[in-house]
Amino acid sequence: MTAATIDLSGTTPTPFSRLVRVELRKSYDTRAGFWLLGAIGVLVLLAEIIAVWVTAVQDEPMEFGDFIGTAAFLTSFLLPVLGIMVMTTEWTQRTAMVTFALEPRRSLVIVAKMLVGVLLTLATVAFSIAVGFVANVVYGLLQGHTDWTFGWPDFAAFLITQVLAMLGGFALAALFLNTAAAIVVFFAYKWLLPGLFFLGSTLMDWFADIAPWIDFQSAQTAIWDWSSSGEDWAQLVVSGILWLGLPLGFGLWRVLRAEVK
Amino acid sequence: MITVERLTRKYGAFTAVDDISFVCQPGRVTGFLGPNGAGKTTTMRVMVGLTPATAGSVTIGGHHYHDIPNPGRHVGVLLDASAQHGGRTGREVLELGALSMGLPKTRVDEMLEMVSLTQAEAKRRIRNYSLGMKQRLGIAHALLGDPSVLILDEPANGLDPAGIRWMRGLLKGYAERGGTVLLSSHLLHEVEQIADEMILIGNGRIVAQGDKKSLLANAATGGVHSFATSLDNEALAAALTAKGVTVTSAGDGLRVDAETVEVGRTALEAGVVLTDLRNGEGGLEDLFLELTAETQRETVA
Amino acid sequence: MSTATLTPALDVSGTAPTPFSRLVRTELRKTYDTRSGLWLLISIAVVTALVMVIQVSVALAQDLEVGFNDFLTSTSFSIGFLLPVLGILLLTSEWSQRTAMVSFSLEPRRTLVIVAKLVVGIIYAVAAVLVTLLLATVCTAVFDALSDIPADWDFTVKQTLLFLLLQVFGMLTGFAFAALLLNSPAAIVLYFAYSFILPTIFGIGAELIGWFHDIQPWIDFNNAQVPLFDTDGSVSGQEWAHLAVSGVIWLVIPLVIGFWRVLRAEVK
Repeated sequence: MTAATIDLSGTTPTPFSRLVRVELRKSYDTRAGFWLLGAIGVLVLLAEIIAVWVTAVQDEPMEFGDFIGTAAFLTSFLLPVLGIMVMTTEWTQRTAMVTFALEPRRSLVIVAKMLVGVLLTLATVAFSIAVGFVANVVYGLLQGHTDWTFGWPDFAAFLITQVLAMLGGFALAALFLNTAAAIVVFFAYKWLLPGLFFLGSTLMDWFADIAPWIDFQSAQTAIWDWSSSGEDWAQLVVSGILWLGLPLGFGLWRVLRAEVK
Repeated sequence: MITVERLTRKYGAFTAVDDISFVCQPGRVTGFLGPNGAGKTTTMRVMVGLTPATAGSVTIGGHHYHDIPNPGRHVGVLLDASAQHGGRTGREVLELGALSMGLPKTRVDEMLEMVSLTQAEAKRRIRNYSLGMKQRLGIAHALLGDPSVLILDEPANGLDPAGIRWMRGLLKGYAERGGTVLLSSHLLHEVEQIADEMILIGNGRIVAQGDKKSLLANAATGGVHSFATSLDNEALAAALTAKGVTVTSAGDGLRVDAETVEVGRTALEAGVVLTDLRNGEGGLEDLFLELTAETQRETVA
Repeated sequence: MSTATLTPALDVSGTAPTPFSRLVRTELRKTYDTRSGLWLLISIAVVTALVMVIQVSVALAQDLEVGFNDFLTSTSFSIGFLLPVLGILLLTSEWSQRTAMVSFSLEPRRTLVIVAKLVVGIIYAVAAVLVTLLLATVCTAVFDALSDIPADWDFTVKQTLLFLLLQVFGMLTGFAFAALLLNSPAAIVLYFAYSFILPTIFGIGAELIGWFHDIQPWIDFNNAQVPLFDTDGSVSGQEWAHLAVSGVIWLVIPLVIGFWRVLRAEVK
């Protein structure tokens, strides 16, 4: 130990999988994180129970896909918040100091966090499908008929759009590094912007032409439709770069060079 | 070994750290001393790559911090014990650290025991910790990976007297086993008792460095003095004055402008019984205040 | 001080309690003396102005008819969206930044501090409305001057007051959720769930279930506020009743629970 230089030959760099495990654990080991995940689960469960109950009582025709859609409606609202919190908590609680002292390759930490967001999204999707499955079975028992319409394309689309929703929150969080700002801007993007895009498109022809290229949310319908038009996918990519790529890139650049306080 | 070479960090027009160089040797505790806002924390943050340097560089054991794989296993860092998620338990913080560094879970219990945090305390959330408890947890976190270099910013802050004594022993033992320790403080007495080597910083510049003896020798201009009390102060004062030493009365005893050894010898020769003989502590403190005078917030009378 | 050693009791006869106006001034100042607070206020102003500038440019370019009232309606994209956030952060920043410890040790009558914050929120709502009215006037005038179509200036005092009430309600809803949760992200998410998701759920419920259709107007505070910005400015007695009942559910109950929580909570 008395050597003036440290012998690094025996030390391997922290493997990426371990970084992911650490970040995953950080997402649920605080009360706030635990409650957020718990809230997502409880809300999905609650929504499905209400959906089964109401539709069965009212004799509304429901299929498997409708139950999944109910869950998707809620999770697309809460998963971005999860994506935001995964990122910003490190700054609001100042734990970034410890994190980056233990792993100075900051971009790896950020990528690990992003992966954690994806993993939790997959878990949420799996949970939603399981709950939707049970809901459909219960609905079948109550109504005497079940409709299992929900194909693999729908499943894949559900998965991809949920991941994109989460990433949307994550990207804004990387950009702002502030929970409140990221959440507010995300909801403005999610709920106010479509209205503005619609207004703009109806009023101005030139805007109607460019809107599909900058409206990431509408562009995502291509995923649900498994559109065969190359233009639809091009629009998805372009608007995706605008709403995911740019904020993420700028945010990453900021994190890498920022002084961690 | 930590080597700081011509390090400068500027924030706009403000220079927090101004072209400083020093070396922390293995096997020694280096005290980083300076008034509030002198640039201690900034220097330490640059060491671990949390703050980019404007100019100059820092190497730890010959490597840039960024190039050390799994740095927690080589360098223990405690910069701000309060920078932890309030909703996490103390044990969880250590377990996360152990997981990051790839250590067995038993290490967490060892560390908890080492810093005297009970199992019940470790299960509490950090929001409910006192500053001293956070500090102990932070020290445990820094030592978790059994590093060979320790960088601690104000580790004694908030510790109770027993805790400070414990930490002193811990760091001394750590250095004796060959570790490199750098700890900062704004309290001279604290550093004086632990550090083998001291670096005095004020206004972002190093104003003095060396071990206690050489620092005092360099500061001889201030004059060495000691305090003596005896059964016959008058006789002692007369004997000292006869030797040409200046003696003034101070409280129940005398303030003598000479080293303690000189006073003791004189008392022996004069046959006076000494009841108390002390170094005029002020030496180092005077030096510290003098050297950092321009950077002190309060002017010293 | 010299008598303190003689009389053990603290002599408070010469000290007046902190006047409420001073509390309000302090709280008002706290809203803009931090960088995040200042940016929020600036964003609100900039977004409000931006929305109207875009609106007037589009109207001019496309030869559309717009009036004073249209410019006020477009604020649902600006102050309508951001005032509640202001209301939330007014209260929660005190907890997330742990300054509540200082605030409540300087003024142990916590109710007064919270009420002072509430007053500050209302002051901002009023200020936002005044700025909006000013901007709308400018935009209408610009449109009037530059367009061939005459601008519609029609707007009554009563409509103005209803518009103010609407904005105050928005701010208060945020404030009430904040008092209930004392946590910025949770309160913001809850608020947006309430304003964007709940209407959809209420809508589906009302469509599917007969009895729900009947009670919905009484519990849907969002919907109950719609008559406030209806163009004619007339609100019927039943509409006021809907507003009052749903307002009790969404404003008063969270506020009361929040107050109770703040008063008895250990401040960390």
